Amino acid sequence: MTSTDQQPFLSVKDLKVHFSTEDGVVKAVDGLSFDLMRGKTLGIVGESGSGKSVTNLTILGLHNPDSTAVEGSIELDGQELNGAPEKTLEHLRGNKMAMIFQDALASLSPYHTIGAQIGEVYRKHKGASKKEARERAIEMLRRVGIPQPESRVDNYPHEFSGGMRQRAMIAMALVCDPELLIADEPTTALDVTVQAQIMDLLKDLQREFGTAIIFITHDLGVIADIADEVLVMYGGRCVERGTKKEVLRSPQHPYTWGLLASMPSLDGPVDVPLNPIPGSPPSLLNPPSGCRFHPRCAFAEKVGGNRCATESPVLEITDGRGSACHLTDEQRTEHLADLTAAKHH
Amino acid sequence: MSSTTPLLDVSGLTKHFPIKGGFPIRRTVGAVQAVDGLDFQVAEGESLGLVGESGCGKSTTGRLITRLLEPTAGKVSYRGQDITHANRKELAPIRSEIQMIFQDPYASLNPRHTVGKIISGPMEINNVNPAGGRENRVRELLEIVGLNPEHYNRFPHEFSGGQRQRIGVARALALQPKLIVADEPVSALDVSIQAQVVNLLQKVQKELGIAFVFIAHDLAIVRHFSQRVAVMYLGKIVEIADREDLYDNPRHPYTRALLSAVPEATVDAEPRERIRLVGDVPSPINPPSGCRFRTRCWKATEKCATEAPPLVQADGNKPGHLTACHYPEVRDTVPAPRLSKDPEAAA
Repeated sequence: MTSTDQQPFLSVKDLKVHFSTEDGVVKAVDGLSFDLMRGKTLGIVGESGSGKSVTNLTILGLHNPDSTAVEGSIELDGQELNGAPEKTLEHLRGNKMAMIFQDALASLSPYHTIGAQIGEVYRKHKGASKKEARERAIEMLRRVGIPQPESRVDNYPHEFSGGMRQRAMIAMALVCDPELLIADEPTTALDVTVQAQIMDLLKDLQREFGTAIIFITHDLGVIADIADEVLVMYGGRCVERGTKKEVLRSPQHPYTWGLLASMPSLDGPVDVPLNPIPGSPPSLLNPPSGCRFHPRCAFAEKVGGNRCATESPVLEITDGRGSACHLTDEQRTEHLADLTAAKHH
Repeated sequence: MSSTTPLLDVSGLTKHFPIKGGFPIRRTVGAVQAVDGLDFQVAEGESLGLVGESGCGKSTTGRLITRLLEPTAGKVSYRGQDITHANRKELAPIRSEIQMIFQDPYASLNPRHTVGKIISGPMEINNVNPAGGRENRVRELLEIVGLNPEHYNRFPHEFSGGQRQRIGVARALALQPKLIVADEPVSALDVSIQAQVVNLLQKVQKELGIAFVFIAHDLAIVRHFSQRVAVMYLGKIVEIADREDLYDNPRHPYTRALLSAVPEATVDAEPRERIRLVGDVPSPINPPSGCRFRTRCWKATEKCATEAPPLVQADGNKPGHLTACHYPEVRDTVPAPRLSKDPEAAA
């Protein structure tokens, strides 16, 4: 099957990931759908426990099959991944799709040199010789901006700084020119100046190779910098989707409003309290009924009739834009107008 | 106490951690110059923010102020009293006035103690018996930090991260301190919870008049919380100023680069200046000569390598705005070179 530009490269439909634990079934992801085109970046935003990491581990097939029930479909370039044999997934991982993790030190083996770890991926998938793999590792290190790659290739991870380790991880992920790159909070552990370098690097590499990127983060500022499209997750579900401009300029879901309002900015008013979202994220063992955000939502009363607590809002997507909320369009427009008015006073 | 004596006065504060090596006789073979000659004051009821990247010495500074560490050199005075090398006994009365809030709400609470025991711990140690009893005081504190006083007998694992951080705040307040050192108090929390804890700290600061040294790497949160801000780089303060001056008119190239690197959740604003620093922070074991920022600075000259710039009021700075740079930035003039290849940045 060949893919055209119109066809999404990755298509996730109604994905459900449930873990059975001693305490009961954890509904980590509960009905998630999205498409991703080649050369585009999808930003997934959410707090801890919103299901963003589980989604991506499942795409890569890295979940434990014994305790995990996966429903729905994950199609990569026309190929169904859910239920695919481990051998197929093994062939795809590192080759066609790759992942960058948050903690580079924990994700690299301390006993092997950086070069050996990058080269191993290349040898496994491309059947290259040791010499070729080493040359490739040097080339990759140069590409991600590590100085003196010829000598650095023989270093161990502890000899690299935090930013360099993350670069080495990116080099390892990109060594086989994957078409899908999943980055799970790749800059969270880094300082802002290094974070900016890494995001520029990812953007450069994407422009050069047309890689599709899923970028998971809790930081809307990072999203504003890197994403084309945004998916906001809460309690294992998508609550809002749209282009970066749509979501940041005219957010539709009260949770997104809450996230944006709770963050201080570099030029906002000081000496006034911030506007936090009350309460804390829900337990997925026993999620709230109806809309999962309703116990923390200031607008549940506006909807009225206890509807938010009883009826789960449907996520309706038209042209890639939509949100799952019972508020009417008029109520939303009203709130956004209030916000704009408040900003100008 | 005269009003001219600051609550906390730090001068020339230095901490070098020795590196031991050699066999069979271990000698000191070098030193990590974690903090190298800091000067700053904190007035009563004021909040001073310390920002900088990892390894810049901001946490070490917090530990030196609270005297969890003993300085290698320099002087720390609390209300005019020199506590630089004070021993346990001399420190005891002061310890109850300087408290600390830690970053990790999971590691900083004893899992085997109830909330009541955790919060009354400081009172027990210092033999403080408030009117109405300790338990009453703990219930009061729980209420101040927004927790249910009925949760007195619960254990830390029954609380969420944000609630645990509130317990940490209650413990810090137990002895009615004059100064709280908060080391990254919100960075381990979820975005929606961070604002809750920042609001709580701000309420505490205003209502109880407690001075804060607020250590964080998040520039927006520091700006929100602190009236004065010090920017650190590799063990030195490179710039210190009132919040407005620092964020509107950064004079040190590092401050400017740091501010430009903060990603902001907006797509409407005109494209912001983006300065991309190259490379990493050098090792504090062997910091660069002269100005420590020169290896990543686009303005560095011969002078920067030989002469360490003093922290002074640069031309055009308001009083109290100090910058350690030979070539301070001038607002709205020549923009910094764009070290980024990003076409968006050049647009």
